[in-house]
Amino acid sequence: MTTITTREPVEGQTVGAKKASGFTASAANYIDERTSISGAVKELGRKIFPDHWSFLLGEVALYSFVIILLSGSFLTFFFQASMAEVVYDGSFAPLKGIPMSAAMSSTMDISFDIRGGLLMRQVHHWAALLFVAAIGLHMLRIYFTGAFRKPRELNWVIGFVLFILAMAEGFTGYSLPDDLLSGNGLRIIDGLVKGIPVVGTWTSFLIFGGEFPGTDIVGRLYSLHILLLPAIIVALIAMHLLFVVVHKHTQYPAAGHTNQNVVGYPVLPVYAAKAGGFFFIVFGVVMLIASLFTINPIWNYGPYDPSPVSAGTQPDWYIGFADGAMRLIPPGWEFVWLNHTYSMNIVVVLAVVGLFIVTVMIYPFIEAWITGDNREHHVLDRPRNAPTRTAIGAAGVTFYASLWAAASSDIMATHFHLTMEGVIHTLQATTLLGPFLAFFIAKRVCLALQKKDREIVLHGYESGRIVRLPGGEFVEVHQPVDEYERWKLVSYSDFKPLMLRPNAQGKIGPAEKVRAGLSRWFFEDRITPVTQTELNQAHGDHPAEITDK
Amino acid sequence: MTTIKTPRARRPRKTGRRHPLASVALIAVGLLFTGGAYVAFSSSTAVATTDASSQQTIAQGEKLFAANCATCHGLSAQGSSEGPSLIGVGAASVDFQVGTGRMPMQMQGPQAQKKPVQFTAEQTAALAAYVASLAPGPAIPAAELLDAAGDAANGAELFRINCAMCHNVAGAGGALTEGKFAPAIENVSAQHIYEAMITGPQNMPVFNDMNISPEDKRDIITYLKYVEDNPSPGGLALGSLGPVAEGLFIWIFGLGAIVALTVWITAKSN
Repeated sequence: MTTITTREPVEGQTVGAKKASGFTASAANYIDERTSISGAVKELGRKIFPDHWSFLLGEVALYSFVIILLSGSFLTFFFQASMAEVVYDGSFAPLKGIPMSAAMSSTMDISFDIRGGLLMRQVHHWAALLFVAAIGLHMLRIYFTGAFRKPRELNWVIGFVLFILAMAEGFTGYSLPDDLLSGNGLRIIDGLVKGIPVVGTWTSFLIFGGEFPGTDIVGRLYSLHILLLPAIIVALIAMHLLFVVVHKHTQYPAAGHTNQNVVGYPVLPVYAAKAGGFFFIVFGVVMLIASLFTINPIWNYGPYDPSPVSAGTQPDWYIGFADGAMRLIPPGWEFVWLNHTYSMNIVVVLAVVGLFIVTVMIYPFIEAWITGDNREHHVLDRPRNAPTRTAIGAAGVTFYASLWAAASSDIMATHFHLTMEGVIHTLQATTLLGPFLAFFIAKRVCLALQKKDREIVLHGYESGRIVRLPGGEFVEVHQPVDEYERWKLVSYSDFKPLMLRPNAQGKIGPAEKVRAGLSRWFFEDRITPVTQTELNQAHGDHPAEITDK
Repeated sequence: MTTIKTPRARRPRKTGRRHPLASVALIAVGLLFTGGAYVAFSSSTAVATTDASSQQTIAQGEKLFAANCATCHGLSAQGSSEGPSLIGVGAASVDFQVGTGRMPMQMQGPQAQKKPVQFTAEQTAALAAYVASLAPGPAIPAAELLDAAGDAANGAELFRINCAMCHNVAGAGGALTEGKFAPAIENVSAQHIYEAMITGPQNMPVFNDMNISPEDKRDIITYLKYVEDNPSPGGLALGSLGPVAEGLFIWIFGLGAIVALTVWITAKSN
C-alpha cells in the first residue's frame, strides 16, 4: 500500500491515459517509445502555414507528381521498352498487320486491350502537362513576390533544377511510345545534337547507339524516365520541402505580418486536412480531364518511320519554347569552314536558350549582388513595390511567350487565316523588341500603382461627398484608409542606389563600377513609402476628421 | 379471357385486301416499286453522266460555262491572266472544284476556299461534260472505288507517308507557305477526296494511278472514313491538332480549374 501511495501521481497518469483511449493511445505510445516521433510531430504539427491561394501552386505540382508516380507505375506493368519489330495484332483496325516496335505495340495494347489502360495513359500524360504548368505558375509566383531572396536563394535553384528535370521527364516519356510524333521529336533532338560543332555527330551516335534512330534509344530513355530522373526528382523534392520547413513559409505583407513571425494555421489539424483534401481535388480534376479528353492519340500517329512527318507536329507545351526558338531563326545561317559545316541556326538557339535558362536559375544571386541586400526576407514584396524586378520578369515572360507561341506558328496561321511568314516575322519582332516594351510598360505601371498607393495612404479614398464648411469653403471628404490596409500600403523596404565606395586599398574596381551602374538602373526610379511624418502632415492640413462625424 | 377469344376465332377467314398478309404484300409491292424507281432513276443519272458525251449536255455546259466561268477562264476555256486554261483538266477536276463550291471563286487569294455549292448536280455534270469534251483528262471515278470498304491499315500507312505532312495524320489540315493551307478532310465526300488525288487542286500534287493505284486510293478513303465515323477512343479529340491544343487546354481549363479551386479552398468563410 505504502509503495503504491508514493507512486500515486505517476500511476494515476498512466491509468488516466489508458482510460481516455484504448488502442490509439497505446499504439501511439508503442511507436513513440521506439522512434521518439512525438518530438517531430510536436514540431511539425504546430508549424504555421499562411493561407493564400498562390501558396498552393507548389502543392499542385507535388500532387501532380504523385499522380504521375501512381499512374506511371501502372503503365510500367504493361509497357515493353524494346524496339524489336513486331506485327501489331490488337483491336485497333487501322493499324492491324502493320509492323512496329514492341514499344509502340505495347502502348497500343495499353490503350485498347488492357482494362483501364487508356485512362491511365491519359491520366499520366495530362498530369505530366499539369505538373510542369503548375511548376511554371509556382515559379512565377515566387519570382514576382520576391520569395527567392535570402535565405531562399538555394531553394530557388533547387526548384529551378526540378523544373528542368520535369521537362526532361516529360520529354523522355513523350518519346517512349515510339509513335510518329515522338519519333519526329527525337529526330529534332538528333538534329540539335548533330548541329553542335565538331562533337555533334559523335555525340548523336553515342546517344542513339549508331545512326538515328537505331534500336537502343527507347530502352535508354526508359531507364532515364523511370529510374534515374524520378529518383533525382524525389530527392530534390524532399530537399525543397525540407528547406520550406527550415526557412518557414513566407507571407504577404499585412497588418501584424513581420519578418519575425508567420501568421496562419498550424499544420495539425487545419492545414493537414486542407492540404490532404486538396490532393484528392487535384486528383479528381486530372481524372475528369483524362476521362473526357484525348491526349496523345498514338493510334492516329502510327508507328515511327523516319520518312513521314505530320503537319502540326509539335512537342508538348513545355518544350515548345525551344522548338519555337528554332522556328524563328531566319534561313541561311550555316557556313562551311575547314570542311566542317557550322550550323549557326542550331548553335545560336542552344546558346540563347541556355543563357536564358542559366540567367533565370542564378537570378537571386544577381539581384542580391546588384542591390547589396544581405538581410533575411520573410515578408513578400507586392510586385509593384519592386518595379525593376517586376519589369525584368515581364520582359522574361514576353521573351519566353514569344518563343513558346512560335512553336504553334502553323496552327496560328491556319486557325486565324494568317500567313506562316507573317506569323513568324511578327514573333521574331516580339521576341527581340517585346521584352524591352514589356519592361518599360511594366515598370511604369508599377510606379503608377505605387503613386496611387501613396495617394490613398495620404489622402484616403475619394468619397464623392462634398461638404460646405461654415466659412463657405467646399471640400470633398476623403474616406481615410483603415490601419490594416495602411500597413499593407506602407510597409515595404525602400532602396537607394548603391554608393561607389573605395575598397581597403582605396581603389574603386571595375566590378564595383558595374555594380553601382546596375544598382542605379535598378533603383533610380522609385516611389518611397509614406513616412509617419508625411502621414501626420497630410492629416494635419486635411479635414479628414469630418468623416467621423 | 377465353369467352372473348372464341367469337373472334369464329369469324369467317378474311380474304382479299382484308387478308392478314395484305399489309405485308402491300409493303413488298411498295418496296419493289420504289426500289425499281430508284434503280431506274440511278441508272438514268448514270445515263446522264455517261450521256456526258451527248451533244445536248455539252451544249448546256457550254452555256453555263460562258455565263459563269468564261470571265476568268476565257470563252473557250483557253485561260486568261485571271485564271488557268481548263483544256485537258478533265471532268474530275470540274466536279471537285464546282462540287465543293471552290469554283466559281469568291475572290482572288492565296487559294480557292470551300463555300456553299452554287450549282445543282445536273449543272455541275453539264459543266464537267463540256470541259471533258475539250480534251481528254481525268474522269469522275467509278462508284466501286468510293465505297470505303478497302483496307484501312494500308490506307492509313499510305496516308501517313503521302498526305499527312500537309493534311495532318488525322486529316485535320495544316499550314502551307504564304497563306495557303491544306484543308481538313473531315466531311468531304469520297468522290471529292478521290478527285482531289487525281487532279491535284490548288497546291496539292497530283497522285496519279502510277503513283498510288486506284485500289490504294480506295484504301486511303477507307481510312479517312474510318477516322470520320469512329469517335476518338480517348474522349473529345480537341480538334486532333496535337500537343498545341493539349497545352492550351491544360493551361486554360486544367490549371484554370485548379487555381479556381485553390481560391475556393483558401477563401475565408463569411
